[in-house]
Amino acid sequence: MEKVQNNKAWFLVLPVLILVAFSAVIPLMTVVNYAFNDTFGNNQFFWNGLGWFEEMVQSSRLHAALGRQVMFTGIILAIEVPLGIFVALNMPKKGFWASLCLVLMALPLLIPFNVVGTIWQIFCRVDIGLLGRSLAALGVDYNYTNDPFDAWVTVIVMDVWHWTSLVALLCYAGLRSIPEPYYQAARIDQASRWSIFRYIELPKMSGVLLIAVLLRFMDSFMIYTEPFVVTGGGPGNSTTFLSIDLVKMAIGQFDLGPAAAFSLMYFLVILLVSWVFYTVMTHIDTQEYR
Amino acid sequence: MAKITLSSLAHSYMPNASHASDFALKEMDHVWQDGGAYALLGASGCGKTTLLNIISGLLKPSHGRVLFGDTDVTDRPADKRNIAQVFQFPVVYDTMTVRENLAFPLKNRGVAAAEIQSRVGLIAQMIGLETALDRKARGLSADIKQKISLGRGMVREDVNAILFDEPLTVIDPHMKWELRTQLKALHREFGHTMIYVTHDQTEALTFADTVVMLHEGRVVQVGTPEQLFETPAHTHVGYFIGSPGMNLIDAKIAGNQAIVGGHVIPLAGHYGELSGRTQIGIRPEYTQLTSGHGVPVRIRRVEDVGRRRIVRAEITNVALNVILPEGCPLDSTMTHVHFAPEKINVYADDWRVQGGAV
Repeated sequence: MEKVQNNKAWFLVLPVLILVAFSAVIPLMTVVNYAFNDTFGNNQFFWNGLGWFEEMVQSSRLHAALGRQVMFTGIILAIEVPLGIFVALNMPKKGFWASLCLVLMALPLLIPFNVVGTIWQIFCRVDIGLLGRSLAALGVDYNYTNDPFDAWVTVIVMDVWHWTSLVALLCYAGLRSIPEPYYQAARIDQASRWSIFRYIELPKMSGVLLIAVLLRFMDSFMIYTEPFVVTGGGPGNSTTFLSIDLVKMAIGQFDLGPAAAFSLMYFLVILLVSWVFYTVMTHIDTQEYR
Repeated sequence: MAKITLSSLAHSYMPNASHASDFALKEMDHVWQDGGAYALLGASGCGKTTLLNIISGLLKPSHGRVLFGDTDVTDRPADKRNIAQVFQFPVVYDTMTVRENLAFPLKNRGVAAAEIQSRVGLIAQMIGLETALDRKARGLSADIKQKISLGRGMVREDVNAILFDEPLTVIDPHMKWELRTQLKALHREFGHTMIYVTHDQTEALTFADTVVMLHEGRVVQVGTPEQLFETPAHTHVGYFIGSPGMNLIDAKIAGNQAIVGGHVIPLAGHYGELSGRTQIGIRPEYTQLTSGHGVPVRIRRVEDVGRRRIVRAEITNVALNVILPEGCPLDSTMTHVHFAPEKINVYADDWRVQGGAV
């Protein structure tokens, strides 16, 4: 039978194309427009080529923000991933306590970002916050509003509190999917606790762990709300991460050209890293099912 | 190596078991002789795996003791019992190579490197994986992974016993035959005690010298494959073993006669007064269709299964299977069925009754 060729069905895709264009492509093109042009207002644009990009690539302000960002993401990954695995390994396997743990651990994930920021902003205040006052009472010299180190500690502890559960819950799901005979075989083989972790649990968790790392990387690399609420990027610029700096530049100083160029590069970096993760993940999958 | 004794062993998964139905394993006393090849046969859920896990120490029995030789090992965990166990589904360490997988149990016990190498080489040859030794286990197919599991179970020379928990479930049929033959050869060579759990009677009967038949958590018969076939101690054994299983017909037993629906069937032995439900059991293999001699029968259909035909019939409204050997004629004059008297087993409340001399 002759197959009827009718491409009119493509028109059914039109609504989604319009929607995406309206909500994503056109706004993004505005950013692209600003990135390659200069304006003195009055809706008049002058072609600037790669000028803004060159300026941004050489900007020491951006370098510093990028450095802080990389350091922040590195530190929280280095804490949250091992801690999440550790928590998952020690969670109860079933019954009432397992359910209770799951609910308690899911709680921080359900709190809106600005509320998390507000909670910690108040919790850590030296004058009225429980933690801040307690530390002061113990004689610890702690003040996140004027000590960069204290500000960093606060922002990192907050992120660990907020997001370690995500890593732990994902790892827990991975651990629960390991069939019991693996542990039984390991006991019969006289495997040590470390061997069981190294040769059974870690390999079986590697898939979810990669997803956890990817999610935590992306989220922390664009973190904005919580440090903005707690420290506002200060003291000085010490906790001004990329997105805080970007917003300052775009909306605070109204330097739309450099900010647009900056945000495009920012976008490309996240895209690149995500692509690398994706490739690594699919590579592991194909190895599995070869 | 040592003989394994189960002494008044019983197990319940419930904390306060009192009623018989609370027990996954009912009380049993059994000795697994050193160097024996045993099959643990039974339907799914009858307690086979529970019993196996108790022997290997993965599970602590709620009642009774387990002895290896004269040593009580009931409280010893699996890693202190020096036992090997192969599971139903392949368990391999994904990130290790095949060689590392095979060497793992030896390495953990601190065996010398040279010794490890020679054992691994030997086992790899036996399971046919010498060429794949340096491949990662992750990408291998299920049956190769299961071969690795089998190999890991056999790599230690000094184990007390090797336990197999339906190890050939995931293996292709032609490979099953080959692996079973290898296991058997291995048993002859090293003389390990082997306990092989299965619900497949062919597997059990070809592998084992002694078959232990479990039914609802109870050992119903221990014997050679022949004994299980000829004189099943329990109706369930008769029904479970054989294809199709034993015919079981409700009958009144009087002396050396069984009466089925008013027809008299002669028996080879003399039976006293029997209580409860009385049945006779006769294998389809020992049932013969005749033209006029024996009990009237109604034939429902005939199934040709290649070398023989299975006749599905009915006597006094009870289903009856008859096996016709190859070349045996079948025509419309065959209206009766004859049972070889010496092949009839008599059961009272499902347990076999031994007949006395006539």
